[in-house]
Amino acid sequence: MKNPARQTVAVPSASERRFFGQGIPGVKLDELAGKLIVVEGADGSGRSSQIAALVNWLETLGHATVQVGLKRSTLVSEELEKAQNGNILSRTTLSLFYATDFADQLENTILPALRAGFIVLADRYIYTLMARDLVRGMDAAWLKNLYGMALKPDAVFYLEVPPEELVQRNLSKNATLDYWESGMDLGLSRDVFDSFQKYQTAMQATFRRMQRSYGFTIVNGSRPVDVVTASLQKKISAVLAAK
Amino acid sequence: MKTFAQLGFPGRLIAVEGLDGSGKSTQIYLLKRWLEAEGIKVYFSEWNSSELVKSATSKGKKRELLTPTTFSLIHATDFADRYERHLLPLLRAGYVVLCDRYIFTAFARDVVRGCPPAWVRGNYSFAALPDLTFFFKADLEVSLNRILDGRPKLKFFEAGMDLQLSADPYESFRIFQGRILEQYLAMSKEFNFTLMDANQRIETQQSIARKIVRERIDLDEFRRHSPLPLPPPVQPQAAAAVEEEDSAV
Repeated sequence: MKNPARQTVAVPSASERRFFGQGIPGVKLDELAGKLIVVEGADGSGRSSQIAALVNWLETLGHATVQVGLKRSTLVSEELEKAQNGNILSRTTLSLFYATDFADQLENTILPALRAGFIVLADRYIYTLMARDLVRGMDAAWLKNLYGMALKPDAVFYLEVPPEELVQRNLSKNATLDYWESGMDLGLSRDVFDSFQKYQTAMQATFRRMQRSYGFTIVNGSRPVDVVTASLQKKISAVLAAK
Repeated sequence: MKTFAQLGFPGRLIAVEGLDGSGKSTQIYLLKRWLEAEGIKVYFSEWNSSELVKSATSKGKKRELLTPTTFSLIHATDFADRYERHLLPLLRAGYVVLCDRYIFTAFARDVVRGCPPAWVRGNYSFAALPDLTFFFKADLEVSLNRILDGRPKLKFFEAGMDLQLSADPYESFRIFQGRILEQYLAMSKEFNFTLMDANQRIETQQSIARKIVRERIDLDEFRRHSPLPLPPPVQPQAAAAVEEEDSAV
């Protein structure tokens, strides 16, 4: 063995678990042995690359991982996609639909995986859902109550990239800007380029405000990929070792 | 929480609540027929009927994928869709909107399933209160017998089988309905339910319901200014053709 450290796999310490609010009925928090790590950020902020790198790193260290993300539930993901493409749902409805999708994954993927001792990597969590709604003028107290069902993660990283750079990254990747990621439903501008920057600026300001109450880690996502990965690894190592 | 009238809406919302088999759907249907005949602008909306959410709900129910939390949220989504797309614009336009079940159904049912009461109520807090809520109170046995008489095949969630109250769907249904009734009665005063004795004859209940609606809502304000368009008159030639056919037989 080249690296003897890899033969002994470190067991992460137990987390102090709590829900944001009233939580899910019947869940025994002390049974959730795994870790929940969330990566937040706009499209083009490097979320998926970072998660892929983290999965690779964690598995090499001997930790089992599970990945979740928004709009991936068995229950409503198809219907949600359809509704979004038609842009026919009003605000509260869309918000509750997303919450249903989230709850389904929380109960059927995240909680069982944590019970089984997995490290769950969430490609976005309730913060994006809340920020999107807050930017659209939804009531903060209403959202706080709704997502009181969610489990508080062990670590949350928000990859922050300036809107000007997000535009460049999205265009070089897809040659187009996504309707929803540009906030076109808000009518900020008829020009999608313009709307994208305004919307992403508003989203960033909202994330900054939320950071003050939820205390997640803001990570400078403009740096090279491997530099960001190294910084995440350092922080996650601390989380896994923490008493 | 305020009613639509208190919020200055020109329209009014009347809701009926009660257990399955309490006869509430029959009563609200008869109210609708009466109001239509009176020339009132009226719209009827049913619980769990939004087209868009329906496919997800029925998939969830058929495959028994729902937990108390997702059951609650998917019904809230359905309600929000109907509320924002139909109820609000109609109430702005001065309609009398009749709802077969309203938010109280969720308050009762989701709490029996174990959801935190404050969480459920908070999720529905975007909705205004009805201007009039009838609660059809029948003896538990009467409601149960109306549903169970034909020994119908009870659906999984309908019978509350997810609560594991009993392995027998009929027994489970009985316990489940009993608990829902308790929840309804506990909020009756808080939400100013108008209690209807659902053990009475259909006609007796309907007379009382119509009288209460008339007392509480000034119906003249909700009349159509022009009568509903009549069906097109039968073409004289077509009518003649039918007659000829008749005489040929």
